[in-house]
Amino acid sequence: MSLWLTVFGMGAVTYGIRLSLLVFVSHTSLPRAARDALRFVLPAVLVAIILPAALYVGDEQSLSVSVGNERLVAVLLAAAVALLSKNVWLTVSTGMAALWLLQWLA
Amino acid sequence: MPQSSRRAEFLAGVRAELPLLAGVAPFGMAYGAYAVESGLSAGLAQAMSAIVFAGASQFVGAQLIASGAPGVIIVLTTLLVNLRHLLYSASVAPHIDHLERRWRWLLAYLLTDEAYATSMSRFGQGGGSRHAHWFLFGAGAALWVTWQVTTGAGVLLGTAVPDSWGLDFALPLTFLALLMPLLTNRPAVAAAAVAGLVAVLGFDWPYGIALVSATLLGLAAGLGLERELGLRAGTIEAEAS
Repeated sequence: MSLWLTVFGMGAVTYGIRLSLLVFVSHTSLPRAARDALRFVLPAVLVAIILPAALYVGDEQSLSVSVGNERLVAVLLAAAVALLSKNVWLTVSTGMAALWLLQWLA
Repeated sequence: MPQSSRRAEFLAGVRAELPLLAGVAPFGMAYGAYAVESGLSAGLAQAMSAIVFAGASQFVGAQLIASGAPGVIIVLTTLLVNLRHLLYSASVAPHIDHLERRWRWLLAYLLTDEAYATSMSRFGQGGGSRHAHWFLFGAGAALWVTWQVTTGAGVLLGTAVPDSWGLDFALPLTFLALLMPLLTNRPAVAAAAVAGLVAVLGFDWPYGIALVSATLLGLAAGLGLERELGLRAGTIEAEAS
């Protein structure tokens, strides 16, 4: 029973955070600098998710900055495809194909 | 407005979410299997996916429950892991704060990393559709259904997809496709560079602290450079006139 209470608590804080600026407080009450800075949330958070996923690899999750890191090479190839094609599916399939090919060759 | 425009936005949101779902599906199964292994009942493991609906914090929560941590600690840890959603809430707000309250309650519930990323890309493109929020609804709904179903599959069957397939990699790859079009000005590049550096350096920091720190320092870098460039552009204009 107390575990259910804990899970409801986890849900309440998570939903509370997501509701915060949408329901509880108006975003227009934020200082100007904060509102300007919010334009950078998307690029910042995307890189902060992508880069560790490409650089910390293997069962040990160890840092690998080398051409021997298949995920890093796949991400760089996919980035080039994303820039040239601006196509999500082509980017993802290039990255996955590169990963599988490099793992198969290794 | 015609119904079809809402429907079109909703379906575009679902479609934008599809490549992410390839990465989310094995993640959901892994969560379901892990939660049951951690000693949660099947019902509680499944309910957590509906009540919390935030993948990383659900893993951490299951892990802490297994280790016998007190409920207060688990709830506070969840707060920390999901703090980045505060920034999502704030940056989505200008695009949907004209909506009725029940819409905002619904869309806040669906505001995950994956739905946020695709929808902000959509909002950023503008196009002036009055129904753009249906895109977020579609993206969020597609993710929600996938997360519940794959949690259930993981609870019942364990992880059916071998790690060696690397399907989790579809997630960062989709984010990469969303990222590249954003790097069109120097402040955005600075924000991304600083955030990436901090996220890599802080990889071993516990409970999502690295992701929050990386994002906040990225914002500071982007804003700082923008002000710096804006200030200089202003100075040059003043001198020229």
